[in-house]
Amino acid sequence: MTVRRYLLLMSAEFRRQSTYRLALVAGIFTNTVFGFLRISALFAAVRGGGGSIGGYDLAQAASYVWLGQAFMAPVYMFLWQDVAVRVRSGEIVSDLARPIDLQASYWARDLGRAGLQFLTRGVPILALGGLLVGLSLPTSPWSYPLGLLSLLLGISISFVCRFGMNLIAFWTVDARGFLILYGFVMNVLSGFYLPVAIFPDWLQVVAHASPFPAMFQSPIDVVSGRVVDLAALRTVGIQLAWLTGLLVLTRVVFVRGRRRLEVQGG
Amino acid sequence: MADPTARVITREAAPELSGWTAFRLLIASRVRAQLTYRANFVINFAGAFVLGLVEFSEIYILLHNTPLLGGLDLLQAALVFALANVGFALADLVVGQVDAIPQHVRMGTLESFLTRPMPLLLQLVTADFQLRRLGRAVFALLVLVVVLVLLRPEPTAATVYLLIATPLWGATIYAGLFVLAGGIQFFIIEGTEFTNAFVYGAGYAGQLPGSVLIAPLRVAFTFVFPATVTAYLPALVILGLPGPGFLPQWLGWCGPLFALTTGLLAALGWRLGVRHYTGAGG
Repeated sequence: MTVRRYLLLMSAEFRRQSTYRLALVAGIFTNTVFGFLRISALFAAVRGGGGSIGGYDLAQAASYVWLGQAFMAPVYMFLWQDVAVRVRSGEIVSDLARPIDLQASYWARDLGRAGLQFLTRGVPILALGGLLVGLSLPTSPWSYPLGLLSLLLGISISFVCRFGMNLIAFWTVDARGFLILYGFVMNVLSGFYLPVAIFPDWLQVVAHASPFPAMFQSPIDVVSGRVVDLAALRTVGIQLAWLTGLLVLTRVVFVRGRRRLEVQGG
Repeated sequence: MADPTARVITREAAPELSGWTAFRLLIASRVRAQLTYRANFVINFAGAFVLGLVEFSEIYILLHNTPLLGGLDLLQAALVFALANVGFALADLVVGQVDAIPQHVRMGTLESFLTRPMPLLLQLVTADFQLRRLGRAVFALLVLVVVLVLLRPEPTAATVYLLIATPLWGATIYAGLFVLAGGIQFFIIEGTEFTNAFVYGAGYAGQLPGSVLIAPLRVAFTFVFPATVTAYLPALVILGLPGPGFLPQWLGWCGPLFALTTGLLAALGWRLGVRHYTGAGG
């Protein structure tokens, strides 16, 4: 069974990640410190802006920050160059020779990684943030299942984008500079630093023309109940559209890149 | 003299090569090497520049929503951002590589560093000196120049001194935090993210108006990890503004004192860390 292979990969990655216990505790600690720093800055802006900016009051601002700190590890806001490194070293050849799809196998592993990080890093941060500062929870019960789906889509869009950027390695020896640049742009436009709704209009237009808000801002909006009912369904629909489009695009690039690939020695 | 290559690496063979000369030679060779791959250097330098831009966008977006952030307007907040960022970027340029200690420990390269006749810290600095990191300092300097042109502060001796000295003390303070983190990383190889909380946390706290920080953070990032001393407090002196609770304005003059205490803390942490390291027979 083909699907089984990917599920096995997913659970293997889930278990592999769970061995780094101290790293998880360290991650929770650091995310919490940064949560308080971000809340400080955002609260000051909300107070200075007359109690509400871009539709965020203090309670919603706090929810945004804690959900963001909880989702940053699962969605993965950091530098990811696993594929690019293997293209550069030539190891990608043995990956391509396996009777399993390269992109799907990385995707499965990324979901396993994200699942473990969500449970062990995301949930404790939400609990800590809720206890220490408070979270505003959605009133509609639909927000939770839909939020989980939205997060899953966000993680997948993040993965497909990261994978797609890694494919640059098929064309250039050193993709690192591009990946770092991508990371910076993604960090801002995804709504990771600040909510997209408080951007100046022109920057909101730029952000919404990119897939970045669909990875990060959308799950936060749905889980926090900022968008509900039809608006929530629409948000998830937009995420699905981005994921489909990006899958097709990366597939085309991947096939072309693989044809270009030339590895020496072996 | 059976093996001619052995001569080069023994200390006796090159007695005139002082530590400083060796350091300079190594840095120069790294810079030359990086400049050889021109296109690569350009994109990496641009990346560091964009990082500065991205971090500034946060200040810009926040002040797009409120006229004052923690009592400062956009230009004043930009002054804090620029002073802190020049300092942090310089520290990152010189000792940012200390972050890579866990990788060196895992790869076993740390052992070979320890056998060489040069202090470990200097070797780590020269092993992966990245000129591209200058991109961030260049962006911050650019912001500083624009802010000064628009703000036109009275060019008193005090202001001129603070504008020049603050990034330097700031760089010393941030460098101290990097080295302290390095020392701690010898104890917790897998938990290096702990140290990010006060290294990158201080970098982030330093570029914000200190008055926005909630009280515990304000105290921690002034008296333990002196981030507000690297920009916000000196900026208050330059702008003639009073300090918020826990942070009297005169602390803006105490850069050297905080640089000294952070330096001592870093030296202690580093020594303890290196002594603690036992290696794994690599």
